[in-house]
Amino acid sequence: MGQIHLEKVRKAFGDVVIIPELDLQIEDGEFVVFVGPSGCGKSTLLRLIAGLEDVTGGKIVIDGKDATTLPPAKRGLAMVFQSYALYPHMSVRKNIAFPLKMAGMDKAEIDKRVDYAAKTLNLDNYIDRRPGQLSGGQRQRVAIGRAIVREPEAFLFDEPLSNLDAALRVGMRLEISELHQRLKTTMIYVTHDQVEAMTMADKIVVLRAGNIEQVGSPLELYLHPRNTFVAGFIGSPKMNLLGGNEAAKYQAATMGVRPEHIRLSTADGAWKGTVKVSEHLGSDTFLHVESPVHDEPLTVRAGGEFPVHAGDVVYLTPEPDKVHRFDDKGLAMKGNGRAIG
Amino acid sequence: MARNVTKGRKIGTTILAWFVGLVIFFPILWTFLTSFKTELQAISIPPVFVGFDWTLENYATIQTQSNYFHFMANSIYLSLGSTALGLIFAIPAAWAMAFSPTKRTKDVLLWMLSTKMLPAVGVLIPVYLMFIRFGLLDSRLGLIVVLFLINLPIIVWMLYTYFKEIPGEILEAARMDGASLRKEITQVLAPMAVPGIASTILLNVILSWNEAFWTLNLTTSNAAPLTAFIASFSSPQGNFYAKLSAASMLAIAPILIVGWFSQKQLVRGLTFGAVK
Repeated sequence: MGQIHLEKVRKAFGDVVIIPELDLQIEDGEFVVFVGPSGCGKSTLLRLIAGLEDVTGGKIVIDGKDATTLPPAKRGLAMVFQSYALYPHMSVRKNIAFPLKMAGMDKAEIDKRVDYAAKTLNLDNYIDRRPGQLSGGQRQRVAIGRAIVREPEAFLFDEPLSNLDAALRVGMRLEISELHQRLKTTMIYVTHDQVEAMTMADKIVVLRAGNIEQVGSPLELYLHPRNTFVAGFIGSPKMNLLGGNEAAKYQAATMGVRPEHIRLSTADGAWKGTVKVSEHLGSDTFLHVESPVHDEPLTVRAGGEFPVHAGDVVYLTPEPDKVHRFDDKGLAMKGNGRAIG
Repeated sequence: MARNVTKGRKIGTTILAWFVGLVIFFPILWTFLTSFKTELQAISIPPVFVGFDWTLENYATIQTQSNYFHFMANSIYLSLGSTALGLIFAIPAAWAMAFSPTKRTKDVLLWMLSTKMLPAVGVLIPVYLMFIRFGLLDSRLGLIVVLFLINLPIIVWMLYTYFKEIPGEILEAARMDGASLRKEITQVLAPMAVPGIASTILLNVILSWNEAFWTLNLTTSNAAPLTAFIASFSSPQGNFYAKLSAASMLAIAPILIVGWFSQKQLVRGLTFGAVK
């Protein structure tokens, strides 16, 4: 079991309110990602769940039991830290065995579990080394090993991949996803990288300034962002958000269209613009287009190669049924709106 | 950009460093030389540097006049005892200040250090009276407590600087892993802080070893350490400089040897936190 319910959780440091008041249900076996820009309170929220910070108000219920005032070790949660937080004076074996030793498990059982964890994480060749002699990826694995041997109710990950280089990050992302499929244990994962959120999560919690902006599956957030913040934050490259005349055509205060939902043409279309930067990846072409309809360059994605370069004139047409509409408070409006004129 | 160090400049700083080093070392060297002179040569004017008749007579005489090993044993008791006691109190204190600081932590640290600014003689009478009352005069226990208390601020400061360098996340990891407070300190924090604790011990042993004010005022013979041993050779009949020097050499020899072998640790300990 790994059910975590947050009820009216509040956190303030003195007068500084980090999390105003927040409710959240995390069900057993879910992979939940907290995502948001830096300073949005996602790490604080995770630390509140872990018990490393005390809540200022509200309740944290784990598996039906009130855990609000329980110390971290009594909550049945394991955490993987951004810096890995390995014990530098202990070998890999001792690092992984540490939580079991603290739980007073007998030596034979500890050895069995450590060996199993080391094997599944491909650490058996490094088992007697110290963390200082390992690469970043290996250290990350040790940190995960230390978390899984305890068979916790839930795993907490605090930006675990942000210290790894790009190639390693993709690999570790897959490993963590596989781990979740294998263990089927609740995982809460904090990241500022929306690609990690989209690829790994069952459920994404988008946070801003301690408030939950939206909770939903990756596709729900992609297809139906609740407001302009989520619309701009989820999806890569970012959604184009236009106000003024263009939005008015859709009877909205702001209209949004994702780069992949804009038709490109060199002959004709709704918006005329000049290519400022073109990025040719082979599989995709990303264009940053300056157009009188918007004061910032619009981002457009074309599948495959689209042979235009900086300075060329292109025409952009948003796909009408893929347009998002937002009211003057930035909240999503129902329907696609019919373009008038 | 790396600073441009010319050869001439390098030689210049080397000479300067040696000069400063020798100036600092000179008193010890002079004491060393004097300890091998006769009393007459020791006070001769102009002073003789190396061209005298080297003699071991002073070392022999002071051995017969007093029991060196008795004083040395006391020095060892006092310095190790006060250091051990200091660590027992300072490790938890420094731990609390480094890992759960409050708004007042810096003030507490400064206040602790400020007690070092009080001239010791200012509290001599009250401490002396307390010692009489508790029957602690000339007892090792009494001196251990006094030395422990006067060095405590320095131990706390040193350990605090060390602990500050240890990432808090590692201790949080230990907490998540189910370590109790005691295990967090003994199994995670302390092993990581070993270099820091080692140099703290070393410095504190040296400070206690050399402490002369309290050891001279609160002891007569029973608990008297090497400082008293040296002082006993400056007598009312006049100062016997050669014997005084020989006594001094014997008193500082153990700490000199320990210091020599652990100088790397010591330097690292004292400059820790200054450079990252």
